[in-house]
Amino acid sequence: MKVLVATKIERCIGCHICSLACSRLVYKKTSWDTAGIRIHSSGGLSTGFEASHCLACDPAPCAQVCPTDAFVPRKGGGVKVRIEACIRCGKCAEACPVDAIFVDSSGTPFVCIHCGRCVRFCPHNCLELIEKKMSREQESMDEGEAMS
Amino acid sequence: MTDHFKILKVDLAKGKSSVIRLEGRNEVAGGSGLAALIFNKFGFFDSPWNDPEQPLIFAIGPLTGYFPLMSKTVCSFKSPYHNQYTESHAGGRSALALCFAGFDALVITGRAVEPCCLAVGSRSLEIRPVRFLWGTDVLRTGKILRNMFKTASGHRSILRIGQAGENQLAMAGINADTYRHFGRLGGGAVMGAKNLKAIVINGDEILKRPGSKDYPGLYKKVFEQVTAKGMMKKYHDLGTPANIMSLNKLESLPWRNLQASSDPAAEGISGERFARDALLRNIACAGCPVGCIHVGFVREKFMEDNRYFYRQVAYDYEPIFATGSMLGVTSCFSVLSIMDVIEKVGLDVMSAGVALAWATEATQRGLIGPDETIVPLKFGDAEAYKQAAFYLGTAANDFYALLGQGTLRAAERYGGEEFACVLGQEMAGYATGELFFSAQSLGFRHSHLDTGAYAYEQKHAERDVEKMVEFLIDDEAPRTFLTSMVACLFARGVYTPQVLAECLHAVGYKALADNVDSVALYIRKLRWKTRFATGFDPDSITIPKRFFKVKSWKGPVDPKCLEELKERYGQRLKEIVEGS
Repeated sequence: MKVLVATKIERCIGCHICSLACSRLVYKKTSWDTAGIRIHSSGGLSTGFEASHCLACDPAPCAQVCPTDAFVPRKGGGVKVRIEACIRCGKCAEACPVDAIFVDSSGTPFVCIHCGRCVRFCPHNCLELIEKKMSREQESMDEGEAMS
Repeated sequence: MTDHFKILKVDLAKGKSSVIRLEGRNEVAGGSGLAALIFNKFGFFDSPWNDPEQPLIFAIGPLTGYFPLMSKTVCSFKSPYHNQYTESHAGGRSALALCFAGFDALVITGRAVEPCCLAVGSRSLEIRPVRFLWGTDVLRTGKILRNMFKTASGHRSILRIGQAGENQLAMAGINADTYRHFGRLGGGAVMGAKNLKAIVINGDEILKRPGSKDYPGLYKKVFEQVTAKGMMKKYHDLGTPANIMSLNKLESLPWRNLQASSDPAAEGISGERFARDALLRNIACAGCPVGCIHVGFVREKFMEDNRYFYRQVAYDYEPIFATGSMLGVTSCFSVLSIMDVIEKVGLDVMSAGVALAWATEATQRGLIGPDETIVPLKFGDAEAYKQAAFYLGTAANDFYALLGQGTLRAAERYGGEEFACVLGQEMAGYATGELFFSAQSLGFRHSHLDTGAYAYEQKHAERDVEKMVEFLIDDEAPRTFLTSMVACLFARGVYTPQVLAECLHAVGYKALADNVDSVALYIRKLRWKTRFATGFDPDSITIPKRFFKVKSWKGPVDPKCLEELKERYGQRLKEIVEGS
């Protein structure tokens, strides 16, 4: 199974187009919060950008704490979401170690489902949808490239 | 979509706010049109700009948040520069933040009893005293505010002023998210007059996706057009600084207070030189994939033993012209170091550079001296200009306090009006000839972007006055509609009236979509009516003699053509306002 990886986030220009694409296409909303990937500047624009998104934990702690199995472990890491089963308890967001799940004021969670629909909208190819076993190697390699 | 606007109106004096439903979406669209509508409702034509009740308005458009490059905000106010209604536009994050805070416009009236920061969101509103920030520069203010308002990092916009705004200088801008600016015509002074150091806008509302089935596909189509190879290359590659070499070659780049229009030293401040030596990275306005913001750096040794600090400074063509060629400074790092000071004190960089260029020539001619400028000014002396920029922004003495109100104000007292490079306000960087000089002099914002005169004149040498005026008139209305959406004007090649109509239709504004041309004309008229009602008189604007002595690629300026153009353009503007 493929997962979303921000392999070249150093290239990010902070346009938020990925977040808006996810919100628009996956969650049918218009917002930069209701998205599986969200872009933040770290301490102001002068220090660059970070992408907050599901890192495809396996096992997924968010699924483990979900009392109604609305979050179901996905093969290869991450989760599938059955929103009709969600009781808006917010435990998933609390359990996420990297703060990748956004919960709106009604308690509805928004998480990356690794569909890759944001990837083609990134103008600098910061994002990729790749096999998970390759993802860490790819990230390491890209970081190495950035250093060299 | 609704046919009315949702406005947040904040009274800083009373500490109270109201959410207002304002009719008129189908007539004024948003952005420029909405701002004019709001000023007509809440503004005072005859009161001075710093009357506490005068509104400071931030307005976005019907496509903000829904399409790429709909990433700008219109700020409107009565200007300290000329006491007339005006607009200033900026990118950054404020457009999306305001959209996702759930408002079409933010209107601020009243004067706070002490320096304050206004923080708004979809479910929050706070006027927080920040006396401790008064006197703090723009960059430090941003850092402190990010710590004070920790929520929504990345999804908020921070607008703030520096010392120039606090001193209510007509050249004071409003810094938008560090690298963008509501720069021109004194919006910073309006905030200063309201005791308003900063505005934090938190975009935390979740909006529905437009219901039309066409919307996702149309978004994709527009996105593909704006990211197509070549389409926006000039904006994200070298960026606007690419103009340095092309205008220099065309003999249209103002040098040393417009004493020349070309110089071989341009290479030192060219877009290519900046990209090669000083460019750190690009960043984007929220909602725009182009990433035209070019961020360079200044690095300075502050102690022996190799102790350095560095700061990041965004650059563009206009700031390079204003602090480079106009001041005879020909090293990209020197230019960035002057911009850095101007950024910190919160001046409009174009006005500040042009004002210091005038002060330098006035020094050369013996009209002013060290008693006025404190530091001796000489073209090319970047260190002196860094000090002078600080003195200007902090209104360090009577001379700088007056110069900060406008170059012509200082020239009236000290002499040298004939070489003050002022076209309504300090000139933009285009010594292209008669068309641009008259267009900026009478343009609504005195901006090179009011019309495409600067671009037209780089390609057309003929001097047919009626044809030139016709171009100005024809070009303005579509731009007014774009600034009512509020689109970045870089996207004007993609967002044709037809595409805008499709976009409006897709997000549910069918009446607007069906009437793009007529709404554009209505907005233009409303804006100009508002401007005239606050005292605009095209006949009262004079073009300093320096502009009549310019030699561009077209040859020497034709004085008769320039006078006729200005007169005819002024007549046409009056006809727009008086027409039915």
